[in-house]
Amino acid sequence: MATSTLPESKSSQSQPVEAPSKADWTQPSAMAIPKDGYFKLENGRYGPIYPRTPACYGFTIIAKIKPGREEAIRAYGKTIENAIGDLPDALETLKLHYLRWVLFDIGKDTYFMYQGIFDTDFDKYTEDAVALFKKVGVNTVFENLEGFPEDWKTNVPAFVKFVREHQCPSFLEYGEYPYVTADEIKKALKLKAKFSEMLDLMQ
Amino acid sequence: MSILQGSQRIPGVLVEPTEEPPTLDFDDIQHFLMSRPPARAARYEFLTFRSAAGGRAWLTGLIDKVGTAMAVGANVADARWVTVGFTSNGLHALGLSEGSLATFPDEFRQGMAARADVLGITGTNHPDHWRGGLASPNLHAIVILFARDVTERERCQREHERYLKECEGVELLSALDLEGIPPFDYAHEHFGYRDRLSQPVIAGTGAEPTPGSGPAIKAGEFFLGYPDEDGPGARLPQPETLSRNGSYVAYLRMEEHVGAFRDFLRQHGETPEQQEWIAAKLMGRWRSGAPLVLTPDKDDPSLGADYSRNNDFNFKTMDPHGYGCPLGSHIRRMNPRDTAANMNRRKMIRRGGTYGPPLPEGAPEDGIERGIAAFVGCASLVRQFEFAMNVWANDPNFHELGNERDPIFGTQDGTFDMTIPKRPIRKKIKGLPAFTTIRGGAYFFLPGIKALRYLADLGKVG
Repeated sequence: MATSTLPESKSSQSQPVEAPSKADWTQPSAMAIPKDGYFKLENGRYGPIYPRTPACYGFTIIAKIKPGREEAIRAYGKTIENAIGDLPDALETLKLHYLRWVLFDIGKDTYFMYQGIFDTDFDKYTEDAVALFKKVGVNTVFENLEGFPEDWKTNVPAFVKFVREHQCPSFLEYGEYPYVTADEIKKALKLKAKFSEMLDLMQ
Repeated sequence: MSILQGSQRIPGVLVEPTEEPPTLDFDDIQHFLMSRPPARAARYEFLTFRSAAGGRAWLTGLIDKVGTAMAVGANVADARWVTVGFTSNGLHALGLSEGSLATFPDEFRQGMAARADVLGITGTNHPDHWRGGLASPNLHAIVILFARDVTERERCQREHERYLKECEGVELLSALDLEGIPPFDYAHEHFGYRDRLSQPVIAGTGAEPTPGSGPAIKAGEFFLGYPDEDGPGARLPQPETLSRNGSYVAYLRMEEHVGAFRDFLRQHGETPEQQEWIAAKLMGRWRSGAPLVLTPDKDDPSLGADYSRNNDFNFKTMDPHGYGCPLGSHIRRMNPRDTAANMNRRKMIRRGGTYGPPLPEGAPEDGIERGIAAFVGCASLVRQFEFAMNVWANDPNFHELGNERDPIFGTQDGTFDMTIPKRPIRKKIKGLPAFTTIRGGAYFFLPGIKALRYLADLGKVG
């Protein structure tokens, strides 16, 4: 039949590894992750779902850059800095904790690493990111990478596929305050500020 | 879900085609997602093609009966409206080439049954338990019949039965009859909630969105070959003759456990008023349709019935903490309005109706299957329908809730909760039972009329 199939539900591991149970946020927690990047194959909309770890959701995308594009990529750092300066909530949709962008050489080639820690699932992050890029009218830094689909603006699945193909899953993730979302952290800090204000008012 | 009853004029329904660019091809697009005929009954027939030639011959004879957006908009005297769609296996069975099929999106080619895990359709909802052969690769086509009344439906059923006998190699896998349930003067489902309150309006149809429903949505979000909310529209499956003016629809047959639902209300509310309050908190609207954001403490049936007011609210500024409409309630998940990004890329058009007899108030559960059998129409199943199922209905961490799913529509197995924000302390219901079970589903492609002719002519030489 014409029906294509999803990956079968089996891990490359001989014995499936159980995902460690979730820890309390007061207990620092570490998680060793199987080579595939997940404990049990569960399919999301565009491929396997990567687990939430003590360090939340996230990805590490590593891809070779097109020759001569290093400066363009570095300049893009400033573009993002300015965009956030002008509009601090510009990336709110992505539910990020942190982004780390790194350029490094292996032999004569230069590679770009995009590491993000966030609280939303992998596919939703990528879809939302594509929409954001288009909304603010900027081209994505990914256009400087080899193999990136040129029609990404009208072909979101191809963008997601590129991201998934260049994702290098962690084999260890650690959280000093595990499984806490950025929203929860912001709420706690707001509460602290309000509480301080309340104490001030009671003086 | 939209219900096949009530023929009152609802704002947002097709009025007159306008000349706004780009002009929609009303003569070619099937009427299904464009208009809402005054149907009180329906029948869905699921077909399999034993031979490509037989399937094409059947289709050839049926094309003239398929309603276009233009015809259905103009002929108010019609008594029946026909729609035809195909699964990926069905397109293959008609003889569409592998090369052409490969240009269709992966999720459509895989089909809903293969994507059940992605959708969260698990446990008792899983395709292993589906009815009517819908999980079978032999499901090739659907004929959707909307009829003015049951008599007309039965007449059409007999006519199609006769026609099928003439068509060698085309067989009926299963069928589902649908009828509106009383009271007939407004759309509602078996639990008693008023329905059809929030539907997107397609730009270029001339219809006006009701207050609070947001702007009209570009046609490319629902029909292939038109600009969408993001630009010129996604690449078309090939050949364009086949894909232009087509739509994808996700079909879901969802049983509603009315007895369990009423037991739950009685368990959590001592008085009828408290039971109504619980019912409203699960949905985010009172059963009258009145939104909790606008009337959090008591029902207001006149508001529920007033289309100029009943959808005119938001969440972020009017009810940020969910004291009126709980963060995890059905309408807050299925249409998060101003609390989610890219909402204009997640809109879907719903069609369908109720099946099975109503369970009289006070009667115990009778074990008869009743529910909603509905279609969700869109231009991208993965971006629109699957997103809504995966992220909005079934993500336990939606709005940081931690262990909740859509209380009405999500996959429930007694392990998820429902939080109702309330001063001074929230109310938490642990171990929500399943009020619904998916009994079948499929992804269909609804081609335009020219595309139907293209498919019917696939076998012709030269």
